[in-house]
This record gives sequence, structure tokens and C-alpha cells, in this order.
Amino acid sequence: MSCCGNSPGYDEIDEVSRLVSAKLAAFLKTLRDSGFAIGLQEGQDAAALMAAGYIKKPGLLRSAFKHLFSARKSDWEKFDGLFDAFWLGKRVKSRSMTMGSAKAANSPSLKSLQDKKYEPTGGEAATDQIPSTDDAPEDRAGEGRMEGASRADNLARLAKTMRTRLTRRDLARRRGYRLDLRRTIHNNISHGGVPISLVKRQRKQKPLRLIMLLDASGSMSMYTGVFLRFIHGVLDEFREAEAFLFHTRLAYVSDAMKEKDAGRALDRLSIMAQGAGGGTKIGESLKTFNRWHAARVLHSRSCVMIVSDGYETGDAALLGREMAALAKRCRRIVWLNPMMAWEGYAPEAAGIKAALPHVDLYAPANTLKSLTELEPYLAKL
Amino acid sequence: MKTREEIAQALASSGYIADGELATAISLMQLLKRPLLLEGEAGVGKTEVAKALASVHATELIRLQCYEGLDQSAALYEWNYQRQLLAIQAHRGGDAETIEDQIFSEKYLLERPLLAAIRRAKPPVLLIDEIDRADDEFEAFLLELLSDFQVSIPELGTISATTIPHVVLTSNGTRELSDALRRRCLYHYVDYPDVDREARIIMARIDGSSASLSLQIARMVESVRKEELRKVPGVAETLDWAAALVGIGVRDLLEAPETVQETLMCLLKTHEDKSRLTREVTQRLLGKVA
Repeated sequence: MSCCGNSPGYDEIDEVSRLVSAKLAAFLKTLRDSGFAIGLQEGQDAAALMAAGYIKKPGLLRSAFKHLFSARKSDWEKFDGLFDAFWLGKRVKSRSMTMGSAKAANSPSLKSLQDKKYEPTGGEAATDQIPSTDDAPEDRAGEGRMEGASRADNLARLAKTMRTRLTRRDLARRRGYRLDLRRTIHNNISHGGVPISLVKRQRKQKPLRLIMLLDASGSMSMYTGVFLRFIHGVLDEFREAEAFLFHTRLAYVSDAMKEKDAGRALDRLSIMAQGAGGGTKIGESLKTFNRWHAARVLHSRSCVMIVSDGYETGDAALLGREMAALAKRCRRIVWLNPMMAWEGYAPEAAGIKAALPHVDLYAPANTLKSLTELEPYLAKL
Repeated sequence: MKTREEIAQALASSGYIADGELATAISLMQLLKRPLLLEGEAGVGKTEVAKALASVHATELIRLQCYEGLDQSAALYEWNYQRQLLAIQAHRGGDAETIEDQIFSEKYLLERPLLAAIRRAKPPVLLIDEIDRADDEFEAFLLELLSDFQVSIPELGTISATTIPHVVLTSNGTRELSDALRRRCLYHYVDYPDVDREARIIMARIDGSSASLSLQIARMVESVRKEELRKVPGVAETLDWAAALVGIGVRDLLEAPETVQETLMCLLKTHEDKSRLTREVTQRLLGKVA
């Protein structure tokens, strides 16, 4: 500005506003890079706000921009940090930096959940190795590669293909949209038979509902991480799905798993997953489920998927009784047992013995392939 | 047009204890002529914002409650079929065209909230409640209305807005809203109030609540919210609980732990939560209140 000092009046103002709008444009770019959806109109409004005097108070400008540019809760929460970093030169907290990348904001939270989950579980390598001890190596070669690098992608995609297969029938049903002639005539008797108010009919839609009960006890610890990711994918993709964790007691985790912020979802889960003491009380947990949740989450097109190794430390007879009660309420019970892939494994444990008579499908679930094989079965329901 | 300070004052005098940013949001609504989208957990007072806004502007509040299957005839306008039929019967034998002109006139038009909101003399506050419950199609239609502020009725022609209403949308997050709608709106996230603000809300809303009791209740509720619950109690539940305690005659929470335990039903709305907050847990939380 000082370089051309001859006519300070108009030129200087112009220069200032040019600088300000350049800075504003840079800020908009920063926000867009951080995953904010900002159009031209917002930019103009922001310039209008600055011209209206908001620029004099940074606190007020921040609050105004926050309302203007945010479009969802995650934007709302990270905006202050971004604003301070850009305009006031403060350091952004590392968390909002990592969460702020456009990719993280747009991609399903599953991915970031997976990335974070990798270190703490530590059971990943074990999960891959156990099946390879018994399966034929040539059989496993391609699959193993697939599971290594982008396992989360695969799991999410798997959940997605399962969903599209399952709901195709319901899309066709949607067109069963027709006039209910009987009711229309009856309703219009008072109009002298002139059909004024039409009564329409639509087929009731009842998509398959998937209820997942995941054993989170110590004996299952090496599989829990994988299945949590699978559940996350299922909850993202299925219109109707509910998830529960159990160890010594049952915890309802659908809400926590639906949390978009992966960090918070994990925090909430880790609180819930803390069992009181050791052991697995499958019977007790099922009893809680039958008593308090079944009426709400089960209907005639429900499939209950239990993921457990069946090592019951409580009363095996109770487990049998509760399984019988559960079998009466839902369409199918699928029991996935990761231990089935172990060589020489037989369902000898008292718990699994008591439960098996009521199970419709008893399958291993230690590889992606085995999960995929479930899909045609579920599609038939 | 009111300044930010005036709005803050008017909000306070209308009995709504707002956080600082809400006044900014409301002044921006006026300045930029954009709708305000409020998100937040159930029971944090989103609908109350619209009511307070109506009293700030001293104007009418028109409310449209969204639900699955909400359509134009319930939201925008509908013809009064019964009257039209009667008119046809009454003018039987008349000229068909005259009758048609007559029965498709304003006289036979039923205003629904959206149409009513753009035809008032003084700009009203239009509250579109729980927009996430409505279908995608309705959301797209609403987007069109919010940008043009005119309605075309095939039989009657286009009706333009006489005034632009102050539009407030609320969402509970049962369905993800479209980016287009989000982008058109100013966004405000209504969070649970902090202890101090919640105490002031209790004092403003519940007659006979003392400052110390309000503070205790607010602290207690805050620590209840930190427990891992399925339904975290909102401000509405806090007010219920405060009203219950004041009604029973409690003056100090610490003196009446039994009553606290028994009245927790005002805060906890599921069996699971109820069984989680056992007597021991309540005792521990009460210890923090002191």
C-alpha cells in the first residue's frame, strides 16, 4: 500500500478491500479443503458481513462465520479451531487437523474407525493366521491378500452388497400402489357416490431386520475388533439393524456405533465393553435381551445373528431355555462361531451344545469369504 | 432491524436464556435473509428458540410439524372440497365456466402453514419442526419454496410472498438432510447448557426454585448426563425434575437423598437407564454436587 502513496483516498480503500477479499477467498479454500460445503453465495454473504462491520470484532466475526459456513455438527465443532488458526494465527489442535481432511469428513466413519482400531486390538495378525493353519494354502492365497491391506473397505462393501441384494424385493413392492375401491366407495357415500376422497393402498414394507449380538468376552477378544467393524458397516448400510454387545451383561450399542465421529464411537464402546469381572454369561445376556429388547427390536422378518464361541460360564440350561424363547420370536437364528475353523474343533462346550438345537444356521466366521457366503442365505429370508 | 445487543436483551426479557452465539445467529438471519437450521439432541430447547424468536420480533408463530408422508396438501394449501361440492349443487344448471371460476377462487382455498406464512401482513416466524422426519421429496419442495418464496397453484396462478417470514428449521438427526438444504441455511448447534445457564433456566421457568437448589439440580443433571445412558436427559427433563422437587418441597438435595432417588423417573426414561443409576451411583453423584 505504501508503495503508491500519491492518492491515498480511493486507491487505498480499494487496496484494502482487495487484500481482505483475497484473504477471505483463501479462508474459503481452507474450509473447503477441510470438508465444508461452501458455495459462491456463502462467499458473497461473508463479504457482506465483513463490510457490515463484523470484521472489527474477531469474536463476533467468528461466531457469524460459524453459523454461515457450518452445515452439520462436525463442521460446527471444528470451525473455531480452523478460524483461529487462519485469522488469529493460533495452532490448531492436532485432532481437528486430522479429522478436518475432506476425505475424513466425507467418507463413512467406518474407515477412520478402522484406522484407529488397528493398533489397540492387536489381534489382527492372529485373526488372519489362525484360519491359514488349517485351510489349504492355495485356497487361501488370494483371499489373504485381499484381507490384508484394505480390510475395512472390503467389510464395508460386503455389508453394502448384502443390503442391496436384500432390499431389491422391497423396491419392487413399492410400486404396489393402488386404489382401494371398496373403501373409496364407502367413504364417498355421503357425497352421493362421487369419488372425492380417494383411499389408497400400499403394501406394507417390511425389510429384513438384522439384529447382531456380539460376544465381547475375553475368549473372543481377537475377533471382536473385526466384527465391530462389520457391525459398523451393517448399521451404516441396513435400514433396519440393531447391535448388542455382551459379556457378563448385555449392552445396546446401536446408538454408539452410529456415532459419526469415530473417536467418540470408540470411547463410548470401550466404556460399554467393560465387563464386570470375567467370564461370558450368554444365557443371562439373552435373558435380558428377551425380556427388555426383543419386543422392540424383533419382528417376523428379523434375523438374529449371534457371534460367539459358545463358552458359557453361567448356566448352560438357562442358555438353552432362552434360545428356545428367542427362536419363537424371530425368523432365523444364525450363530457364527469363529472357532469352527480350528482343526479338530467340535461343539463340545456345554453352552453351545444347549444352544445348537435352536440355531438355524451354524457357520464359521473367520474370513471375509465365510461372511460373504452368508449373503445368499440372508437374501432368502 | 434490530442490532445484536437488542436481540440479546429481547431474548432475555422473553424468558429464554440464550447462549451468546444465538443472538448472532438471529441477527444474521435478518441481515442475510437466510433460514436458521437448528440441530441438537432431543429436549435441548430447539422449538423454544422459535418461540423466543417470535416474541423478540413480537410476531405470530406459525408451526409446521413434519412427519413421514407429509405432503403439499397438508403443508401448503388444499381446496375446500366440501364447499366446492355444495357450490356446484347450488348452482346446478348454471354456466359451467362461471361455476369453475367461482369454485377455484380464493374463497375455496384452505391455507396450510407454508402458504399462511408468506401471506401475512407482518413477517411471522415459520417453524418447520423436525424436518428430518419428512420425506426427501418434501425437503426438495421446501428448498424451492425457501429460495423463491412463491407458490404456484395450477388453478389459481402464482402467489408471491407479501412478506418473507423468519424461517427456523429443527432437526433431530433421524435422517441425514441434503447438502443443498444445509447450505441454504445458517447452522446453529444447540448443545446441552452448561451448569450456570441451566441453573438460570430453572430459576426462570420454575416458580419457587431457590438459587442454591437450582444450582444443585443443574450440577446433578450435568453429572447424570456424563453417565453412559441411552436417553440423556434434556433441558425439558431437568425442568420436570426441578418442578417435581420444588412441588414436593425439597430445599436441599443432600438432605433428601431418598426423594432424589424416587424422583429420578423424571430424568430417566428407559428401564436400562433406571437400573443403571442405582442408589450407590446416585449417592456418588450427589457427593459431587456438594
